[in-house]
Amino acid sequence: MFANILISEINMNDNSRRGFMGKAFGGVAAVGAVASLFAMKRSWDPLPSVKAAGFTTLDMLGYKENELVTEKWRGKPIFVLKYTEEMLEAMDEAQKPRVITVGEASYLVTLGLCTHLGCIPSYEKEDKSFACACHGGTYDIVGNVTKSPPPRALDIPPFTIKGNTLVLGEVGPEWLKMKENGLTL
Amino acid sequence: MANFTKATSIYDWLNQRLAIEKVEKVLGSEYWIPKNINFLWAMGMILVVTFVLLLVSGIFLLMYYQPNVDTAFDSVNFTIMREVGYGWLWRHVHGVAASVVFLIIYIHMFTGIYYGSYKKGREMIWISGMLLFVAFSAEAFSGYMLPWGQMSYWAGMVITNLFAGGSLHADGLVEWIRGDYVPAQAFLTRFFMLHVLLVPLAIIGLIGLHFGALRIPHVNNLDGEEIDFEAESKKYLAGDKAGSKVIRFSNDFMSKDMMVVGFYLVFFFYLVFYHYGFAMDPVNFDPADGLKTPAHIYPEWYFLWSYEILRPFSTDIGLMAFAFSQVIFVALPFLDRSPNAVPASRRGLFKYWFWAMLIDMIALTAMGKLPPEGAFSTIGFVAAVVFIGLWIALPIITYFEKKV
Repeated sequence: MFANILISEINMNDNSRRGFMGKAFGGVAAVGAVASLFAMKRSWDPLPSVKAAGFTTLDMLGYKENELVTEKWRGKPIFVLKYTEEMLEAMDEAQKPRVITVGEASYLVTLGLCTHLGCIPSYEKEDKSFACACHGGTYDIVGNVTKSPPPRALDIPPFTIKGNTLVLGEVGPEWLKMKENGLTL
Repeated sequence: MANFTKATSIYDWLNQRLAIEKVEKVLGSEYWIPKNINFLWAMGMILVVTFVLLLVSGIFLLMYYQPNVDTAFDSVNFTIMREVGYGWLWRHVHGVAASVVFLIIYIHMFTGIYYGSYKKGREMIWISGMLLFVAFSAEAFSGYMLPWGQMSYWAGMVITNLFAGGSLHADGLVEWIRGDYVPAQAFLTRFFMLHVLLVPLAIIGLIGLHFGALRIPHVNNLDGEEIDFEAESKKYLAGDKAGSKVIRFSNDFMSKDMMVVGFYLVFFFYLVFYHYGFAMDPVNFDPADGLKTPAHIYPEWYFLWSYEILRPFSTDIGLMAFAFSQVIFVALPFLDRSPNAVPASRRGLFKYWFWAMLIDMIALTAMGKLPPEGAFSTIGFVAAVVFIGLWIALPIITYFEKKV
């Protein structure tokens, strides 16, 4: 609407001095408006300090087998579970690609948020599964859905393996491969 | 320069400089209101009074509230509630008014729909009113974030997640809105800014537009009669007050308005003093914790109907249905194809449409509060489908409506 008012005020076919002044004024104002919008957009961006804090390094040697630990990455809960030998042997082909191996041991590392509406599922130690209390969704030991409503498996955060540590927030080749295979978002 | 004379009184002095006599006539004593109306026409004034209550209580809360993730919760629940003299009063007035204002808005809206007050030159009144509804919704949501309790945090999480657009996974947009990966300090401070400055400014501007939109078509009446306000006001000013179809806005109509406002305020302060609990969710008395979700996340009662339209469908369809429900009311003057601007009771099928819509929205509201299980889930789904179906049916049934 504002643009219409501008255009009707400034006759674009008018080559008189007044027409020129109008166009010059409109042009400068438009540049100013776009520049201001850009500045406003940038002011709403996450701060550099927020982005810098977006990495979490996990020392993978510190975890005990079949004991779920909830870490924190970008304010979100991260499930870390060190698999036992029996767990790994019992896995089928659909489960194996989601296992993350660091050094000698294998782990589950996922976002601890149900992919349905973002509640935090609980780990059922006996059952070796995850259950979400909000709407009854369940996941198996690697985070694949075993009962809906969740639309997809638990998301795996971007990670890279550095020695015996896992850096969350940094995209590594192992994670990229998982993403390409559609195992995570 | 105009010709100024020596003032004979303070009134005259002001009148020469500000034309206060003319202003008073335009805004009050010669702004004409039809006689043929009922108490439902007082909802606008009730909304003005409620907005003032929100503004005044908000100013006092603002003096002690701290928009900081570490101190926000305590500044509300300890400082304002326990330390500040009568701090509890401002908080309860603010909380109750924020809830009740939506009740009155819904009554105001459905009065407009019933009497066809969005037609024949009154379209801008309806559209500006719906923009006000959107602005009030933004105001309510941003205000709900501020105590930084569990419901604040998780409602903030869920609502901002909607902007990811389901399968579009626009997580960058969500993070941009939050200023962080999750609701945190940047999120709280910007929603604080929205709540105390930007959105209230927009609301005040829109109220100006809403009132301005009334001036040319004037207020509707119980029969949808097209009144010649020019002729009727002349009749009134000539002394035929009984024969004229209109009365002055002030003080005549205002005195009736204020009586309804009086009844409303009794009800309002009863809620503030004896029944404020309904506006204070117990879950929000736990401080925000990003690592613990409440068992049920549900919005305040006035958002339940649109929440229930979102919920029974799969993610993407739910989002589309939700977006539809948010914008469709704005289009009402254009979807209603009938030229009849009379009460719904005289409009054939539209009468049933009106009551079906009202009942459907009440059903959606009730189901939105209940956990989505079994029969509730089914009723909610049916009500959501009926809501969309009614809007699709509206242009058809009104197109074939007989002219009255």
